[in-house]
Amino acid sequence: MATKSADGYEHYYVPEQSAFPILATVGLFFTVFGAATFFNEIQSGDSGIGGYLSLAGLGILFTTLFYWFRQAITENMQGLNSAQMKRSYVWGMGWFIFSEVMFFVAFFGALFYVRNLAGPWLGGEGDKGKFIHLLWENYRYAWPMMETPDQVVNGAKAVFVGAGEGHSMYPVDAHGGLLKWLPMWNTIILLSSSVTVHIAHVGLKDDNRKKFTRWLGITVLLAVGFLYLQYAEYHEAYVDLGLTLESGIYGTTFFMLTGFHGFHVFLGMTMLAIMWLRARKGHFSHEEAFGFEAASWYWHFVDVVWVCLFFFVYII
Amino acid sequence: MRLITTQLARKGLLVLSRAAAFPALLATSAATWAAPGDAVVDEAKRWVVNMTEGVTAVSREIFDLHMLIFWICVGIAVVVFGVMFWSMLMHRKSVGAKAASFHESTMVEIAWTVLPFVILVLMAIPATSSLIKIYDTSEADIDIKIVGYQWKWQYEYLGEDVSFFSNLTTSQDEIYGRAPRGEHYLLEVDEPLVIPINKKVRFLITANDVLHAWWVPALAVKRDAIPGYINDAWTIVEEPGIYRGQCAELCGKAHGFMPIVVHAMEEQDYNDWLVEKKKEAVEIAKMNELILPLDEMYARGEEVYLQSCAACHGVDGKGGVGPSMVGTAITTGPMQGHVDVLVNGVQGSAMQAFGNQLSELDLAAVVTYERNAWGNNMGDMVQAVDVLNYKKNQ
Amino acid sequence: MGDHGPAKGFGRWLYTTNHKDIGTMYLWFSFAMFLMGGVFALVIRAELFQPGLQLVEPEFFNQMTTMHGLVMVFGAVMPAFVGLANWLIPMMIGAPDMALPRMNNWSFWILPFAFAMLTSTLFMEGGGPNFGWTFYAPLSTTYAPPSVTYFIFAVHIMGASSIMGSINIIATILNMRAPGMTLMKMPLFVWTWLITAYLLIAVMPVLAGCVTMMLMDIHFGTSFFSAAGGGDPILFQHVFWFFGHPEVYIMILPAFGIVSAIIPTFARKPLFGYASMVYATASIAFLSFIVWAHHMFTVGMPIAGELFFMYATMLIAVPTGVKVFNWVTTMFRGSMTFETPMLFAIAFVILFSIGGFSGLMLAIAPADFQYHDTYFVVAHFHYVLVPGAIFSIMAAVYYWLPKWCGNMYDERLGKAHFWLSFIGLNVTFFPMHFVGLAGMPRRIPDYALQFADFNQIASMGAFLFGFSQVFFLFIVIKTIRGGAQATDEVWDNPEGLEWTIASPAPYHTFTTPPAIK
Ligand code: HEA
Ligand code: HEA
Ligand code: HEC
Ligand code: CUA
Ligand SMILES: [Cu+2]
Repeated sequence: MATKSADGYEHYYVPEQSAFPILATVGLFFTVFGAATFFNEIQSGDSGIGGYLSLAGLGILFTTLFYWFRQAITENMQGLNSAQMKRSYVWGMGWFIFSEVMFFVAFFGALFYVRNLAGPWLGGEGDKGKFIHLLWENYRYAWPMMETPDQVVNGAKAVFVGAGEGHSMYPVDAHGGLLKWLPMWNTIILLSSSVTVHIAHVGLKDDNRKKFTRWLGITVLLAVGFLYLQYAEYHEAYVDLGLTLESGIYGTTFFMLTGFHGFHVFLGMTMLAIMWLRARKGHFSHEEAFGFEAASWYWHFVDVVWVCLFFFVYII
Repeated sequence: MRLITTQLARKGLLVLSRAAAFPALLATSAATWAAPGDAVVDEAKRWVVNMTEGVTAVSREIFDLHMLIFWICVGIAVVVFGVMFWSMLMHRKSVGAKAASFHESTMVEIAWTVLPFVILVLMAIPATSSLIKIYDTSEADIDIKIVGYQWKWQYEYLGEDVSFFSNLTTSQDEIYGRAPRGEHYLLEVDEPLVIPINKKVRFLITANDVLHAWWVPALAVKRDAIPGYINDAWTIVEEPGIYRGQCAELCGKAHGFMPIVVHAMEEQDYNDWLVEKKKEAVEIAKMNELILPLDEMYARGEEVYLQSCAACHGVDGKGGVGPSMVGTAITTGPMQGHVDVLVNGVQGSAMQAFGNQLSELDLAAVVTYERNAWGNNMGDMVQAVDVLNYKKNQ
Repeated sequence: MGDHGPAKGFGRWLYTTNHKDIGTMYLWFSFAMFLMGGVFALVIRAELFQPGLQLVEPEFFNQMTTMHGLVMVFGAVMPAFVGLANWLIPMMIGAPDMALPRMNNWSFWILPFAFAMLTSTLFMEGGGPNFGWTFYAPLSTTYAPPSVTYFIFAVHIMGASSIMGSINIIATILNMRAPGMTLMKMPLFVWTWLITAYLLIAVMPVLAGCVTMMLMDIHFGTSFFSAAGGGDPILFQHVFWFFGHPEVYIMILPAFGIVSAIIPTFARKPLFGYASMVYATASIAFLSFIVWAHHMFTVGMPIAGELFFMYATMLIAVPTGVKVFNWVTTMFRGSMTFETPMLFAIAFVILFSIGGFSGLMLAIAPADFQYHDTYFVVAHFHYVLVPGAIFSIMAAVYYWLPKWCGNMYDERLGKAHFWLSFIGLNVTFFPMHFVGLAGMPRRIPDYALQFADFNQIASMGAFLFGFSQVFFLFIVIKTIRGGAQATDEVWDNPEGLEWTIASPAPYHTFTTPPAIK
């Protein structure tokens, strides 16, 4: 338990000096500096060390974070953290998730803008479309945008080439019928994974460790399943349909939104997997489960984003 | 790494040494603002502190709106700062003021929330009505499409078959202080936009590369030029005259060197000008049939180059925004490729397609010039007809 | 654990978890950035001293404009406020430290690395960012120099730093207050920072999204900002300003908090309308999310959008007015003295209001057609930023420095610094209103002859103002190294917990929470 002062007030644990932050910074710096160099090398066709620099940076960053978290866990298990400190962690995680929500808001906003404003203008609708024929003659707007204005006007010389009619990820274009429409399965998987992680939580609350670890494990497996199906979906898009990041604004928004979501699923899955490992080592108790709870909140957030995605990207 | 450090050293030293020269600059230009020999700016144009009233009904309306808000703000400022200075004078400790202890009054707080709100509503009314007027672009007499390029404007009179580019004419010598600056320094172009007075002229504004903004203060028209989209604006100029403006959206290196000149004239004069312009177009087409000898092409090409290309590729062809033109695979390679770059540009770069910006003759001339200037010495040349054929066959 | 002093050597700063150390590092970093951004500004002003090109080429001028804006906004003003938050918030609410001390150190150390990367672009092939601090696409994407990729990642990690910093501040304020320190008893500086932290958390991720879209357009063939592929360059501006407008309030709300602390002290009278100050701050923050497109009046939005954004923007004058009136009423019937912090605070109220008035003029959409992208806008935002944000930071330094280092600054020097700055600033920025109205566009390295007179005056003012900031550096160092011993209260009966502890503030304060009346 946290030390209490004479008047019964809990001591707030201020950690000793720590090398983690500066090491993490160095890692982060090399990660991004290397990545920028790498991207520029690709662009200019040179070969260089950018990619390796970035990987090295990532290595430093994740190693540091690993030890950093380990230390935080140890401190907690030593009872250094007061109830107040634990609340700080809760607030921290909560607002971190909120900032992630805002990141997605930017991309959803972009989707809304191109679909409901810019697209129709390009197609000659509204006041802003009145003279657009001077630039994009004969372009008719439709969503999903399978043919870009560039193609309509520049034909074979177009830079932005849409995937073509019938090559969208909407259910109407689903190949092999609705039952083979992957997003639906992914929705089912992700929604059930929110339920399974909740069951795991209930198990923990009941001190039923077996139930806890088992359902947590199932959640991780569902996450793997989701990622596999998303991989299958991307494969189909790129290889069979020719729908890519480069096929105009439909491909752009589709891959950016689902891609960033997929990346967050990956992060959430990693968190849950670590929690699963920790659970098997006997970590967490029914009043002491911040790490697990944080990961599960994150998981619910990822789930909610998916529901929005499913609705706005795949359905309407 | 070495590259970075040497560049660092070079650039750092350059800027530092120039900055160090600044006090000297200060001293030499001491009290006068103009370098010796610069045109003397008309006394009426110096020390201008306010917005122009302009020459259109809209511009005057905006001016009035501007003055109205300005005076309201001044009024509020006088009251607020008045109370403040009065407190600072009368309620100083040094004059023995004792502090009161009040710190709340719901009535006062409500009052100074509601009152500004009411003032704002009063401002919003004329603002809204002006805005609605400005947005009414319907029923225009003349449509002119305006296209912003890095760094010039193109004007196309829709339905008239008249289209031309408008370039800055101020010389590099003036800019770098090697020659006295003229009266319209940086605000002069080779071909101004010509419009008739008392006609509703509608501008359809767009851009070819990056964002620009077409702005003429006297007309109170400022609209962003956005690649891929068209913005419309309108004006009815009431007095003949020459009105000057500038590009008002950062568009790269020569953003400050992208002026706009509007020549408003009586309708009759405008019609005459239009006829003249169309005749010119026919003549240019005729020129395209000419076959010229190398030296003439070279001379013409040099002119074109300095006008249209030097901004990016350097007067000496050594490059700048664009790559060097000296001895490259394009400029000393097959003719076909060279013509292609010029006609179609390089997609996704600052190198525009000049195919419909320059006449075939000028295209041919500038290619010829590049292939023979700066020691490229290719000795070959291309004629207008070749370019024309190239365009037709692609 | 905990009650010992700081570690020795440079490791103290590298590894620290102490909010005061971290606050100090933020403040010094910010000052260094202020000087660097200032030197860039001086290059701009030197070039604009006369018509014609004398010192720099247009490409380099554009890089200077861009870097000046970026460095001042992200490097000088924001870190200065975070530094003040670090120093003051725990002391003001009776907390032992920030809620998450190690992460706090991480937030700081990211910044020097981010700015090293950003400034290194100036020396790269093709030059540094040259597209303005607002980096509008496609100038910043298809047409940008290769260094833009480094710029993008610098913004990413800066954003990460800000997000972590504000999470920390929120957790500290909501969770670490001493018992009895209810929300409505918190000093206004804490309140304004709480609200600012929310703004940061809400908009920094949007900025990250914005630069991510750029990255994808540049390197991966997406078409967010290209009409040919179905996107729109204006989409960039919407996303950017959704971040950008709240950002400018991020740079002013903590300033409101500082001024609300200083004026009552030197008027010897409690702050007038504490509760309404809190509500006004919250309203400004709320409104800041729905006014972004007032930066885009000339892009040709549909008229309904134009009107909406005009009305919403005008509304901000109401809560801001409430604040100004409260400050004035606090002074009214007080017993005022005019030490340096108070001089800066008073100048803040007046000059910020002038900047606010020009802001209101800009908000009138039809009039903005004439003002937009001219020096009138430059004048507006320097009036809210320099005598606004920067003056409030200087006022804060003079006000709390004795508490931080235990020494009193030299009042005569402080006053001299104030008057030099005050004059320098007005000479620099006031004439910009005139040239702007007369039609001088911003972001140009050279201008027509009729703008020459006022530009020359502005340039001279800039050098005077710049000089007085070097003087400020001197005063601060002199104070830290010696001077009259400051009392614990420092001022005449100031309000706040920070004045109940010793000067200089001990390395660890409030390891057990103080009792709140
Ligand atoms: C600290 C930063 C800060 C602050 C506080 C403000 C405050 C305001 N700003 Fe400013 N602004 C900037 C920083 C800031 N701005 C920057 C950096 C830019 C340029 C960005 C770029 O393009 O690079 C900009 C640009 C900018 C524009 C775009 C101009 C253009 O590009 O064309 C507009 C337009 O509406 C605007 C409006 C306002 C308004 C209405 C306020 C209001 O909040 C002001 C409210 C205050 C008052 C009104 C004064 C006090 C009130 C009273 C005394 C009460 C009574 C008053 C009345 C009823 C009138 N600002
Ligand atoms: C908080 C923000 C902030 C601050 C404090 C300032 C401060 C100053 N700004 Fe800033 N400015 C912006 C934010 C700010 N600016 C922004 C956002 C833009 C828009 C950018 C864009 O268009 O994209 C801008 C643009 C801008 C322009 C327009 C450029 C253009 O459109 O081309 C100008 C022109 O005069 C200018 C001038 C100045 C000056 C003279 C100062 C002075 O206050 C500076 C004071 C000087 C110093 C502090 C220097 C002190 C140092 C020395 C004297 C040398 C000593 C050196 C060492 C010890 C190493 N600024
Ligand atoms: C706005 C800037 C700009 C202007 C004006 C401009 N260019 Fe270019 N030019 C470029 C850039 C940038 C490139 C490099 C394109 C690329 O390969 O990415 C280029 C490439 C070229 C090339 C190919 C060079 C090579 O070796 O790959 C030629 C030839 C050329 N320009 C000729 C001209 C001529 C002739 C003109 C004038 C009629 C002109 N340019 C005007 C920017 C410009
Ligand atoms: Cu064109 Cu600025
Ligand atoms: Cu704004």
